[in-house]
Amino acid sequence: MSSQKLVISPAPHTHGSNDTTRMMGDVLIALLPALVVAVLAYGFRAFVVTAFSVVCCVLVEWMVQKFMLKGPSTLGNLSAVVTGVLLAFNLPADINLGLVAIGAVVAIGIAKMTFGGLGKNPFNPALVARVFLLIAFPVAMTSFPEAANAVTGATPLSMAKEALAAGEPVSSVMQRVSLVDMSLGIQSGSMGEISVVALLLGFVWLLVRRVISWHIPVCVLGTMAIFAGITWAISPEEYMSPLFHLCSGGAMLGAIFMATDYVTSPMTKKGMVLYAVGIGAITMLIRLLGAYPEGMSFAILIMNALVPLIDKYMRPRRFGAVRSKK
Amino acid sequence: MGSLVTTVLVVSGLGALLALLLYLVAKKFKVVEDPRIDQVEKMLPGANCGGCGFAGCRGMSEALVARDDISSLYCPVGGGECMKQIASYLGKAAAEREPMVAVVRCAGSCENRPKTNRFDGASSCLVASSLYAGDTGCSFGCLGLGDCVAKCDFDALHINPATGLPEVDEEKCTACGACTKACPKHIIELRKKAPKERKIYVSCVNKDKGAVARKACKVACIGCGKCAKVCPFEAITVENNLAYIDYAKCKMCRKCVVECPTGAIVEFGFPPRKVAEVEPQTAKTE
Amino acid sequence: MMKTFPIGGIHPSDCKKYSKDSAIEQFPIPASVTIPLSQHIGAPAVATVAKGDKVLVGQVIATAGGFVSSNIHSSVSGTVTAVDDRPDAQGNMKPAITIAVEGDEWLEGIERDGAQKSLGSLTAEEIVAKVKEMGIVGMGGATFPTHVKLSIPNGKKAECLIINAVECEPYLTADYRVMLERGEDLLAGAQLLATAIGVDKIYIGIENNKPDAIKYLQALAKSQTNVRIVPLKMRYPQGGEKQLIAAVTGREVPSGGLPIDVGAVVQNVGTALAVYEAVVFNKPLIERVVTVTGSTLASPKNLLVRVGTPMSALIEYCGGMEGVGKVGAGGPMMGRAVSNIDAPVTKGTSGVLLIPTEDALRQTEGSCIRCAKCVEACPMGLEPYLLSTLTQRGDYEELEAHYIADCIECGCCTFSCPSYLPLLDWVRIGKAEVMKRMRERAAAKK
Repeated sequence: MSSQKLVISPAPHTHGSNDTTRMMGDVLIALLPALVVAVLAYGFRAFVVTAFSVVCCVLVEWMVQKFMLKGPSTLGNLSAVVTGVLLAFNLPADINLGLVAIGAVVAIGIAKMTFGGLGKNPFNPALVARVFLLIAFPVAMTSFPEAANAVTGATPLSMAKEALAAGEPVSSVMQRVSLVDMSLGIQSGSMGEISVVALLLGFVWLLVRRVISWHIPVCVLGTMAIFAGITWAISPEEYMSPLFHLCSGGAMLGAIFMATDYVTSPMTKKGMVLYAVGIGAITMLIRLLGAYPEGMSFAILIMNALVPLIDKYMRPRRFGAVRSKK
Repeated sequence: MGSLVTTVLVVSGLGALLALLLYLVAKKFKVVEDPRIDQVEKMLPGANCGGCGFAGCRGMSEALVARDDISSLYCPVGGGECMKQIASYLGKAAAEREPMVAVVRCAGSCENRPKTNRFDGASSCLVASSLYAGDTGCSFGCLGLGDCVAKCDFDALHINPATGLPEVDEEKCTACGACTKACPKHIIELRKKAPKERKIYVSCVNKDKGAVARKACKVACIGCGKCAKVCPFEAITVENNLAYIDYAKCKMCRKCVVECPTGAIVEFGFPPRKVAEVEPQTAKTE
Repeated sequence: MMKTFPIGGIHPSDCKKYSKDSAIEQFPIPASVTIPLSQHIGAPAVATVAKGDKVLVGQVIATAGGFVSSNIHSSVSGTVTAVDDRPDAQGNMKPAITIAVEGDEWLEGIERDGAQKSLGSLTAEEIVAKVKEMGIVGMGGATFPTHVKLSIPNGKKAECLIINAVECEPYLTADYRVMLERGEDLLAGAQLLATAIGVDKIYIGIENNKPDAIKYLQALAKSQTNVRIVPLKMRYPQGGEKQLIAAVTGREVPSGGLPIDVGAVVQNVGTALAVYEAVVFNKPLIERVVTVTGSTLASPKNLLVRVGTPMSALIEYCGGMEGVGKVGAGGPMMGRAVSNIDAPVTKGTSGVLLIPTEDALRQTEGSCIRCAKCVEACPMGLEPYLLSTLTQRGDYEELEAHYIADCIECGCCTFSCPSYLPLLDWVRIGKAEVMKRMRERAAAKK
């Protein structure tokens, strides 16, 4: 019997189907509908930008891992691919490819690998890159090409913000946009955020595959809806409706794909709810009061910074916890 | 002009007020500490290894200053030199101790001690030893997963990839004892440091009966007791099928090394023997 | 909604198909048995026989070494050939008695016809005394001496008996077969246990992946109004004592407390059967049902095995070691890996699991991606990722503050980690150290 060497390891001796690569693959699948809409709206160029972004991200991760960290390749877990797609989804379709490359270096090189790679970065890499580009190259980042169905260049959010600031009532602003079009993807904006339906399809897939739980997306969107609902109820001619807010800008993309990033979101359900409510509230504050028409990226990054604190205080419900000592 | 004056006044007033506040707070919360503690801490090596039994050098310096009798305190890293210096500074009597060095008492290399199974868990001796006896027939020997290496603050321990056993770098070893505590099998021992890195010790901790031990490992101590008989200084005791050399009594005559039938007693740092005596040594290194 | 426990848990595939349809089979008595003196939690038993002694089946060969300890009886008749240290399943040398088998002569007084008997009127003390005498221990795997568990501490009161018929470990079917084949005896044993702790209510918790067992026991228990069969939604680790109590009664054992704090006493199916045989037939715990299973085996079986039989004999009997890379004693979630397959079956061996070579090694570990799957899976509501990191850092105070002592070592965290981190490997180490410190502190207080 001693001829064959038995393996000895601590229990358990079996493993579930959870696997980093599988989960990242599921995220990619969930992003597919949005990519299809982007290609339909902006043509083949959308695909080129996405592919280029993925290649850049993968390349940067490979180089950093190989030459600077000198560790084994971490490409297999597909997280760089996901970051690449998400970065592309946050960019206008006609963006200069050079900027995409810069974005990839910022996302992977600075926001992710400087902290030690997957799992250690405090901020969502794709969002760090997006905000970096937005501040460094504001014009290139906010001029959107005309989509195939001839929608004007401004996003509904910035259009509405300007119009409302100019004193135009909501009813007349709403004549220029259609919520149905917006949810299908006939609106101007970053590549990945234009179609609510496509993103919701992805959300369903992530839920079915148990990659994420419902808590973060639902609470982000719910908070936004409540926030917008209150202002709208107070003065429906001065503030846009909750539905408009949910369907416009990065609300869906952010709530479903960016805020739920494992690495930069809290570990407990309670924490997730608090974090998501924070994102929703900050987003709406920026949208209504801030200088930028959209606040999702900033909101997520701000809440990312608070995650360690949230994790410290939001502990899971413990089995048999004794409330108070007798 | 008026606003400038106001600004200057407000700022300087605020500055003065806060300075006063800081002064008062500092005065109130001042901790009176023996300045010698700082001095002693500076004299210590500052490795914070915990070899003295305190959490760090600071704790040790506090104890050195506070206690009247410091003969029970000893910094293995700084050694006798450092202790003498501190003692003379404090006007107390220093402990005299012989310099020590860590010794790995297992020679169960892959060749000597064939693997019988394969460990596949978190890479830690502690995890492996709490799980089972080990990946060889010997349940006492080195597990080779390097808990001692990880605990060594002085880079003095390394696993030799050829043998799978840790090796001590005597130059760097300060005998802080961290490795002896880290090893779940208690293989590593601090022994007296001899000139020219000379060492003689039983490189085995197997307490199994001779036949069982021998079957598990070629160089196991089988507890035959020959060494104890041959030792002219009564330095060797055999207990639980295992020989142990008391370094306080050992005069390094090397008789036991020749006598040991399995080569479990090893010697280091000695000049090669005369031709007639070479045989047992080659037997040992086969 | 079917009942289950409140938080965490996982759904491993149950893999019971291999052995669930094979009826319990008497395994032939081997040529020699090695009976360890420590087959239970607590102090090892003290040998009362010496080399050369003749022993009969059922004869006491070692007596309990303390209150939390257990008698050990010879499982065979023959001559004691050695009382010395033998390697256990993990290769550690442990004291044991080795007996060369000669025939199969039983000690007088043990009834072996196996017919159902009326229980008569026994007092609680009589039952507990019998259980103690016959060396019964918890047979679900924990091997806690049963008489200790039946002795309700002063000031506490038991309200119900819960029979653990969950068998939530994948692969294992020993309890399942007992329920189907010895249902009546099992219920009789449960009644005895209820009498012993002075309660009337008996719950039998069974997971819904065993519908036939649920139906069969429900039919049998129709006449026994104090017995309720509670079907439970399948979920691991439902068989954990605290989880089962929560699932059945809805009450949570407080952190650091015992089941009796919520008035519950949990006993395993195998234990109930052993108690029945001990009380009614005077039969000590000398044999048990062991599931020998795995995808590589030609014929996985449920065997009734004498304690002390080498595991290798069972494996050989069921198809051999062909293609096996790892052997586990118990189920795949909590069973311990075996390095010495010649080690004996003990009172706590619920199964011998053969894992094929291709599944034997773990996947390469990645880095924590903070996905929180371990937090979600932990049935005790702990944070395994944190406990694992803190253990590696050696921060035992923080570990205690994060309730590492509550860990039940069920393995849900390691099972669900997508980066294949050995979370439980570390948590176990941390828990052991923290428990040690807590005990030392408690001792210092006294």
